[in-house]
Amino acid sequence: MKLVALASALLCGTILLFGTAEFPDFGDPDSPAASHVSPRYIEEAMAETSAPNIVTAVLADYRGFDTLFETAVVFSAAMACFFLLRIFGEDERRPSEKLYRHLPTGITLRIDPGGKVPDSPEFERIDGIWIPHDVIVKTTTRLIIPFIQLFGLYVIAHGHHSPGGGFQGGVILGASVILYAISQNLRQALGRMGEAVSAVFCAAGVFIYAGAGALCLLMGANFLDYSGLAPLFGVDAIQARSLGILVVEIGVGLAVMSAMVWIYYNLASMGRHQEGL
Amino acid sequence: MSEFIDFFVGKYNYWAFILLMMIGLYAMIAKKNLAKKIIGMNIFQTAIILFYISTAAKGGGASIPIIAHGHGHGLSEHGARAADYINPLPHVLMLTAIVVSVATLGVALTLAVKVYHQYGTLEEDEIADRIRAQTGGEP
Repeated sequence: MKLVALASALLCGTILLFGTAEFPDFGDPDSPAASHVSPRYIEEAMAETSAPNIVTAVLADYRGFDTLFETAVVFSAAMACFFLLRIFGEDERRPSEKLYRHLPTGITLRIDPGGKVPDSPEFERIDGIWIPHDVIVKTTTRLIIPFIQLFGLYVIAHGHHSPGGGFQGGVILGASVILYAISQNLRQALGRMGEAVSAVFCAAGVFIYAGAGALCLLMGANFLDYSGLAPLFGVDAIQARSLGILVVEIGVGLAVMSAMVWIYYNLASMGRHQEGL
Repeated sequence: MSEFIDFFVGKYNYWAFILLMMIGLYAMIAKKNLAKKIIGMNIFQTAIILFYISTAAKGGGASIPIIAHGHGHGLSEHGARAADYINPLPHVLMLTAIVVSVATLGVALTLAVKVYHQYGTLEEDEIADRIRAQTGGEP
């Protein structure tokens, strides 16, 4: 089996190497990829969309239809993880042993099945795989997470002028929530950003994107032609395309952030949402 | 010989991606563990992403695809020349492909988790043994 795999990989690699003879050299300014539609984007994007970052202009405006369905792919991947993994209710193989920590003293209580759960804010439910307090990790993440989220919002909002946009900012925001879930525990992260919130945000992001396109239709322009939104924003057609890109990027950021968090919740806890990593 | 050296020096980027891609392909075929197969798939995807990004490069001092001094509002009077900026199109395509590959990686890991729940192992031959035992000899 290994020999067959090695032989087929070598054969495939050799064929591909011969194929590169037809390819343009590395860094060739006249390569086919750089000579048809790409010069037009570079020369006209700034005048047509008022977004200096050409990547953002092409992503959300010229190729907006493509990006809409890429966002839909991310959404459906998150949905697929949810439907495949999520198990509701208690685990019957492991009876529900509940562990609580008394916060002022640090003493851990075990509540047997059928036992009474302490109803006091001084008790915090903890995972069965007991992880001791780690003051350094918890404090560092608590300090750093607000700045990560601020940076994520900056990357989304400043995508017109600097490298950034909805996908990158959304992943940074999602990473901040995942960092919180890793450093504290899954239960606390679910308390901050619940399953329903991430599901609704994920759908809302795709809805904002598709809704912006549909709004253009209602205003009499083509689907995702943001210059039709000019009367709504009260600006000229070129500025309206710039603002339309921002609306769409916010939708993408929302969808990507909650998709990452949602996939993490389901994968880390094997769909039980009781005890995570 | 000098022709071969020219060929290699001009196109060494493709050689690197083909090497990376073949590592991924080999892992997907030869490895028996499903998690290792998924890692191989990710290496394969990375090779394709790097290939696309390298096609965007332009020699001769081309900059990143953000118009220099292009901020401000309304119509810009800067006439951007195509030779001054690298090709933005592969960057756009790969930007979405990276996020989609992370999302599909999540789905692949989810399926691996389900397989592990069903058969108690991620090794391909052991899974095949258990299926054979369940169906009574039929593979």
